[in-house]
Amino acid sequence: MKLHEYQSKFLFRDFGIPIPEGKVATTADEVQQIAAELGGVVVIKAQAHVGGRGKAGGVKVAKNVEEARAYAEQILGMDIKGLRVDKVLVDPGADIEREIYLAITNDRGAGRPLIMTSMDGGMDIEELNRERPDAITREHIDPILGLQGFQVTYIASAMGMPRALWRQFGSILRGLYRCYVESDAELAEINPLVITGGGDLLAVDGKVIIDDNALFRQPELTAERDASDELESERQAREAGITYIKLDGQIGCMVNGAGLAMTTMDMTKLYGDANGIGPANFLDIGGGATPEQVATALRIILSDSNVKCVLFNIFGGITRCDEVANGILTAYNEVKPDVPMVIRLQGTNAPAGNRIISEAQIPNIMSAQTLTDAAKMAVAAVKEGA
Amino acid sequence: MSILIDRSSKVLVQGITGRQGGFHAKLMMEYGTDVVGGVTPGKGGEWFEGKPVFDTMRKAVETTNADVSLVTVPARFAADAMMEAADAGLRLVICLTEHIPVSDMMRVVSYCAQKGTRLIGPNCPGVMTPGQAKVGIIPAMVAVPGNVGVVSKSGTLTYEVGFAMKNAGIGNSTIVGIGGDPVIGTTFVEVLEMFENDPETEKVALLGEIGGSAEIVAAEYIKNAMTKPVAAFIAGRSAPPGKRMGHAGAIVDGGEGSAEEKIQALEAAGARVAANPEEIPGLLS
Repeated sequence: MKLHEYQSKFLFRDFGIPIPEGKVATTADEVQQIAAELGGVVVIKAQAHVGGRGKAGGVKVAKNVEEARAYAEQILGMDIKGLRVDKVLVDPGADIEREIYLAITNDRGAGRPLIMTSMDGGMDIEELNRERPDAITREHIDPILGLQGFQVTYIASAMGMPRALWRQFGSILRGLYRCYVESDAELAEINPLVITGGGDLLAVDGKVIIDDNALFRQPELTAERDASDELESERQAREAGITYIKLDGQIGCMVNGAGLAMTTMDMTKLYGDANGIGPANFLDIGGGATPEQVATALRIILSDSNVKCVLFNIFGGITRCDEVANGILTAYNEVKPDVPMVIRLQGTNAPAGNRIISEAQIPNIMSAQTLTDAAKMAVAAVKEGA
Repeated sequence: MSILIDRSSKVLVQGITGRQGGFHAKLMMEYGTDVVGGVTPGKGGEWFEGKPVFDTMRKAVETTNADVSLVTVPARFAADAMMEAADAGLRLVICLTEHIPVSDMMRVVSYCAQKGTRLIGPNCPGVMTPGQAKVGIIPAMVAVPGNVGVVSKSGTLTYEVGFAMKNAGIGNSTIVGIGGDPVIGTTFVEVLEMFENDPETEKVALLGEIGGSAEIVAAEYIKNAMTKPVAAFIAGRSAPPGKRMGHAGAIVDGGEGSAEEKIQALEAAGARVAANPEEIPGLLS
């Protein structure tokens, strides 16, 4: 779960990290009022879950209250990469001497937290990593012991942090580590952390991503979820316990298991790509594949008007294919899809499952033996329908 | 020979009185696995299908001499269960549980390493040595004894490929599901090394997917140290970047972890990579 910049920075503040004294607004009136309270130069920053908001015109520096209002009217309601901006953060302008990068993330390969810092902050870290990997100082943390004092000194020294700032930097780094651990973050990033003209450190921009699997023990952060970047169909699926990701092809896929679901998508693309045909979605129905679950999943898949064919690929292990077949027929009668369906059942009781499907004699439903056949049949069905 | 488990493995099931734990414990016993008991805190003294249930792993290990544990408890208790198993001195802990926070797993993996316990998973279907034992949920019908080792990040895709091999007359030495989470106990390389050293394994099938770099590291091992032929499949060629495809670990992040780079690395290492998993039996014969 991604936090907005303002949510990230307010969270940092709870861990003793200095941030600009800004406020969030949803109307131009509020922006004007906040700008007047803050006085002087302010920065109006769009709060939306997209990258590149600066380039899109979502971040503006206003020299006075009138400008602040004008920019607020521009930014509030604007569309950045398909997302509408409903909130802005109004921060006092910072006096920036130098921009530093500081982040803590899960290093999946090492299985440990990783601290990354650079005196050359402000820019995109992936770009910096590609162009000048040596400009980044990296330090792994023992997940059981946590961040140690000597590591703080090591990092400050190795990255070239001015000595006069070591104490302040240490306090920020420790705060960020506690924030990362206590919030179950998979990323806690300050970019930039700036050295101000007055010689202080200030977290000017921040990004926090919370591990979705830890939300059960983060009720306060969960309550802050802004799911406006989530599609309605994806939200419905999430609430039904189905993993669904919308893509832009024509073949709706319903599969049990994440690896097999990806593989099924790949097969539709393998055989359809030459004709511009591919998967319309990722969908993992999970273990049970009960009639109710199948019907819900089918409705979600069909809510995408691009879908011209639905491909079921179920490997019955513990789940029995005859039960799945009955589930599909029940769901079919409930949903009455007007696109063809290709059904491929393999594994436990597959012959019985296939018999149930063929005996139902529904003209719109085709049975396939192998995954290869199923993918080819689905591609052919889309071609015919076009 | 086989790797990780065989008919002599003595297995405890953590969460044996739960619906999932009990269901699969029974199937494991039917398969011939020597399930010697289970653990559910607060239910010590009860019995499950004639096997004793204990409150703690220490007591269970002391009484049964078990060397393997299967963790089937819910995500919020799973980290504690795995560490309890490692603390009790088990050789091998296999965790099926999905949705465990990554921060918990980083601590658990580190703790298991300190205790000398091998951890498989989490978020995996378990391990099966066909004809001898299975610890986990891999269905009995997907494999027969043979000489091809399988290592995979996925569940049903593994069954699919195992079943296709069985239909092509190919059997398996051991099938290992390492799990689809970002931080796991045992990686591809470690399992490849075990297969390389297992006299009964002649060839290996590797089933990977997008996300992380474990398949790239595996490719380096295949190139530098492996004498046995490897056939591979990487799922997620059609997955868009930045989206998590079901498995917590299956995400192409910042341009890293794509199917293409993994396929290229494996091919460069001499592995035969299938574009379609149904081609795997052909690549192995």
